[in-house]
Amino acid sequence: MIFYVTANIKWNNLRIRGTEMKRTLTIFSMLCFIFFCAYPSGALADEVTVSAAISLKNAFEEIGKLYEAKYSKTKVLFNFGASGDLVRQMVGGAPVDVFASAAQKDMDDMNAKGMVLPGTRADFAKNSVVLVAPRSGKIKSFEDLATERIKRIATGNPKTVPAGRYAAEVFDYYKLMSVIKDKLIYAENVRQVLDYVARGEVDAGVVYSTDAAVRSAEVSVAAEAPESSHKPVVYPIAVMKGTRNEAAAKAFVDAVLSKEGIAILKKYGFRIP
Amino acid sequence: MIMDSSVVFSLRLSLQVAFAATVLIIVIGLPIAYLLARKNFPGKELLDISLTLPLVLPPTVTGYYLILAFGRNGFIGRYLYKWLDWSIMFTWYAAVLASFVVALPLMIKTGRAALEGVDRNLINAAYTLGHSEWETALKVTLPLAKRGLLAGIVLSFARALGEFGATLMVAGNIPGKTDTMPLAIYSLSASGEREQAAGMVVLLTLVAALFLYLANRYSRRIF
Repeated sequence: MIFYVTANIKWNNLRIRGTEMKRTLTIFSMLCFIFFCAYPSGALADEVTVSAAISLKNAFEEIGKLYEAKYSKTKVLFNFGASGDLVRQMVGGAPVDVFASAAQKDMDDMNAKGMVLPGTRADFAKNSVVLVAPRSGKIKSFEDLATERIKRIATGNPKTVPAGRYAAEVFDYYKLMSVIKDKLIYAENVRQVLDYVARGEVDAGVVYSTDAAVRSAEVSVAAEAPESSHKPVVYPIAVMKGTRNEAAAKAFVDAVLSKEGIAILKKYGFRIP
Repeated sequence: MIMDSSVVFSLRLSLQVAFAATVLIIVIGLPIAYLLARKNFPGKELLDISLTLPLVLPPTVTGYYLILAFGRNGFIGRYLYKWLDWSIMFTWYAAVLASFVVALPLMIKTGRAALEGVDRNLINAAYTLGHSEWETALKVTLPLAKRGLLAGIVLSFARALGEFGATLMVAGNIPGKTDTMPLAIYSLSASGEREQAAGMVVLLTLVAALFLYLANRYSRRIF
């Protein structure tokens, strides 16, 4: 890029005079100064960072408001993503106080690394796995995925996205995997699957029933996967070891498990274990 | 360094995508650069700006525009899907498209500057000696601007090889289908397979450095 800029200046015979250059540099350095001062480096002690499965987004944002209003003066910062990605971030050193994942496996991974604060882990929500299609879609069941007219099926990447792992289990249950393998489009998280379906880029996708409800104007639920076709979708939550604010982190878990918290989760379609 | 089949696939796909995008850039970008350098027409600067925007816009913005245009419901993609029952999204062609749009400005900017740098007297001499516009371009203008044009091509190839953001948005990140090296590196490091990623990181760095060296060599001799 530097090459390109210098070359361009020379070729265009653009002459930047000394004083103009100086003025530009002065303005530039002032801007740099302002920006570096404006953002304090490092997190503050009166913040609590919650890394949560992205399927929890809408419910947790509302619980966050409840928490800030009722439980603590602490500010909640959310970091939503695929549970597997969130685990990588934390293993890589991301300072997180509370972790909520969409599968037991990801919390087990954290536990195996000794990063879960003992005694704080709790299962707080259940979900179901559904097949969704664009509103104009023409499928009725998982078996329909094998048909000719279904060209693209979106699921989460099973490596990092729990919903992708559940989807793979459901496909195996219906013995579809070998037939539909080449139709699969892997997304980075379950909300991206939902977006692909809502935009009509794919013919079908596998998400949680709570996700399907978020964009019910654009997607319709074609079928629900039977409970026996995949591992139960049970969401665990826990405080992370090394939290800088254990009381506030525990208070957030309490808010999720509280009556109001449960009511919010139910409102967004989660079931309570 | 682990060189398993998926790494080889990503390397091959990356080169294939960058090569296809560069061919498109030469076929489409070079005439546009020539037009911008040699002709005056209404909307000239607007054309230059709109084609150069992907150079300064975040690739995610470029990707967003590409989805608007080429998605199944996009204003062009809609008709492709209706008439051909085909969509470019999530295919390796989409990766070519993204790399093409993002790398095109490097060809146009570098090419335009190189062509504008050609001595007008030599071009006018060719005209007075009876050469047509076409002949003058082929025998005088383009050969004189050769090094700058080559630098543009090399830079475009290097940029196409490294394209990530717009590619992720339109081609997805499908293992064995559209995961070019930058995308594969992202997936591997996100899922914690650092050793696998390291090999590709080193490889891409070396390739990029080689292309910058070539671009520098070509451009230096122009002056």
